[in-house]
Amino acid sequence: MTADTVTAAAQAKSRASRSALLRSLGILPILFLICILFAMLNPNFLTAVNLINVFRQASINIVLAAGMTFVILTGGIDLSVGSILACTAVLSLMSSIRPELHWATIVVPLAAGLIMGALNGVLIAYVKLPPFIVTLGSMTALRGAAYLFANGTTIINNDLNFAWIGNESLGPVPWLIVISFVIILLSWVVLTKTTLGVRIYAVGGNEQAARLTGIKVGGVLVFVYAISGLLSGIGGVMTSSRLYSASGLLGNGYELDAIAAVVLGGTSFVGGIGSVAGTLIGALIIAFLNNGLTLMNISYFMQLVIKGLVIIIAVMIDKYRTSRR
Amino acid sequence: MSPQQVILSVSELSKSFPGVLALSKVSLDIRTGEFHAVVGENGAGKSTLMKILAGVYSPDGGRIFLDGAPVRFDNPLKALHHGISLINQELNIADNITVAQNVFMGSELGRFGLSRTEEMARRTREVLDLLDAPFAAETLAGSLSIAEKQQVEIARALVHNSRIIIMDEPTAALSENEAEKLFELVISLRAKGISIVYISHRINEIIRLADRVSVLRDGCYIGTLEGAEIESELIVKMMVGRSLTDFYQHEIATERTEGFLKVEDFRDFQNKVNGVSFEAAAGEIVALAGLVGSGRTEFARLLFGADRKAAGKATLEGRVLKVGSPAEAIRQGIAYVPEDRKAQGLFLMLSAHENITMNVIGQTAVSGFLASGRNERITFDAIQKFNIKLASHRTLALSLSGGNQQKLLLARWLQIRPKVLLLDEPTRGVDVGAKSEIYKLMGEIAKQGVAVVLISSELPEVVGVASRVLVMRAGRIVADLKGADINQETIIAYATGVREPQTLTAAAPMKELV
Repeated sequence: MTADTVTAAAQAKSRASRSALLRSLGILPILFLICILFAMLNPNFLTAVNLINVFRQASINIVLAAGMTFVILTGGIDLSVGSILACTAVLSLMSSIRPELHWATIVVPLAAGLIMGALNGVLIAYVKLPPFIVTLGSMTALRGAAYLFANGTTIINNDLNFAWIGNESLGPVPWLIVISFVIILLSWVVLTKTTLGVRIYAVGGNEQAARLTGIKVGGVLVFVYAISGLLSGIGGVMTSSRLYSASGLLGNGYELDAIAAVVLGGTSFVGGIGSVAGTLIGALIIAFLNNGLTLMNISYFMQLVIKGLVIIIAVMIDKYRTSRR
Repeated sequence: MSPQQVILSVSELSKSFPGVLALSKVSLDIRTGEFHAVVGENGAGKSTLMKILAGVYSPDGGRIFLDGAPVRFDNPLKALHHGISLINQELNIADNITVAQNVFMGSELGRFGLSRTEEMARRTREVLDLLDAPFAAETLAGSLSIAEKQQVEIARALVHNSRIIIMDEPTAALSENEAEKLFELVISLRAKGISIVYISHRINEIIRLADRVSVLRDGCYIGTLEGAEIESELIVKMMVGRSLTDFYQHEIATERTEGFLKVEDFRDFQNKVNGVSFEAAAGEIVALAGLVGSGRTEFARLLFGADRKAAGKATLEGRVLKVGSPAEAIRQGIAYVPEDRKAQGLFLMLSAHENITMNVIGQTAVSGFLASGRNERITFDAIQKFNIKLASHRTLALSLSGGNQQKLLLARWLQIRPKVLLLDEPTRGVDVGAKSEIYKLMGEIAKQGVAVVLISSELPEVVGVASRVLVMRAGRIVADLKGADINQETIIAYATGVREPQTLTAAAPMKELV
């Protein structure tokens, strides 16, 4: 190549990466807008204490939504994340009340989440059932399992050996926030820097073509559902450690918040398009809305209405903006 | 109506998309009852022009006159009501509803909010009779072949009393037989005073059928040919700005390794492949010719491991091939470029870079992490070698022209250094310039010691490129042609069963032929 073509290529490259950046940060202005709005309406909003509070509240949804991003990128859906979270939270509490199982309080829920997710994946990839059906089934069954494990009660343990996760901090930053950001970072690395990441986008973009280029589509699918399960397990540990307790009721409806975060973040339901950075912003929008509206003493019922509308309007704006480019 | 009467004319039509001037002050007129072909390389602006005429796009500048009066179509329905129908290459047919429902899609007849199913079926039947269609108004559209679906679209145009029917590459997905039928139909429509605007890359069709031919190049109007002026040399020259003489030219390997690939008695479970046996030498281009449905693609998919085979054995360089999946086939040096580029080959929403390197990212990766530098070098080399035209290697595959998309796929598959390259309709929907480049590439690839197996429905291409032609019919190879036997007539005679199959023994029949 001559010097000219090199510079032209470099320019084109920087232009392309800039537009890619814009795409993944597409919803960021809306996050800023919401923050500015609440900051003007309520003096307590923009304080360090409150902001840390928001991020902590967002942390579990961020973790679930990261897993959901993997799944939706392949064109699938995982409705079972809330139920897996409940199951794994109960399992961790169950092992914590038996001294001989103390070593297992974190290992067991993570392994359980991974296995449950992998099972979803196997049914979808190899038995070839639709993701919606499979995870609707496992959502229901695992919810029941969580109640059964907990015997219909709430297991409480005030002397939890992993309580630090939910209640202590690394310097000024609570561990919950640290964990959620580490997971976003790892997810981003997997999706953008590894062959597996490219293959996930490939499978979501065109499953047939992926198979014909020798990609083991089944393996990729099992991986994404297993990851979603594992991250739900981490969510279970985070929840139970925060609460010192667990019951079959935990995580009810969390799958919808996770899906909302992914969609707000610009990931396409068709698969193949999206980023985990967008998901992070999506989850933060939801968290800031919850927090701001509560600070303003708006009723819970009204909050639901506003939250729903914001999701629809935000995605609408994003769609309009990107289609005009 | 005099045949010279102008029905539709456009003047100084311009349209630009971000970064591209797709049409630049194009003026053109369409006469009543003429067959007007519009040709040009991909990206010349043909499709854009047609989409403006049919109300899909609105122009940035210029005017459209219908019967001398200026008109503006804001949407396809409005154009349809003015008597202009566009039949796209990708057909607008919903598989889950009946033919009649498809014909009236978007303009259903109704009374008091109830749909008048009987009336719609009756009017559809009328038109279907006119078209001599082999299916009923109540047939589910999903059960029709592509050619039949095209008839449904034509029926839709007729039901709406269209006076101008625009067809974008209608024969691209048709077999020779089906195309013939379409031509008859189109000619009969023309006799009824309907104007046909016809886009095609197949020059032969155009020479045969067109009353006038207009040529576009790079968004500009080059000229219109009429009567005796319509001949291939001139058309191609106007399209590409250079001559046709070396169109099919490609290098031919001087050295061949016989018995390189041996295929014995391949069969599938669907009765589409019923015992295919042949040998191919390294360095030769073997064409698999035959009608659509003769089992060529199905065979290629078996050899590539994309479908499960019922029987058959293949050896490559004397070693038995074990292909249970595409991944295994790729490891053993078999590459397959599928016929449906968009559905089976490309990742449209991924970049050109990712499309090119998809097959080798695993090899270049360091413990699972992408080797970005190495991958980019591969892409830059490929873009240069294959002369792929794109703004940046990060450009989405979606936004490239057909020819450049096909080159992306070729580039991707050559990365695995294949020993056998199966090319399924590699020039379908590809413009003349890129076609010629693809033929050259095929020659180069074969010369490097690859057995190239070309599946093509375009006979001039088969005759022009292949050094040996295997003709398939009903899942079997019925003829093995070489040298002077390779001509369109002989191939068609075997493909249609006019000639009895040659007696080919399953094992090593080619020794004495080569």
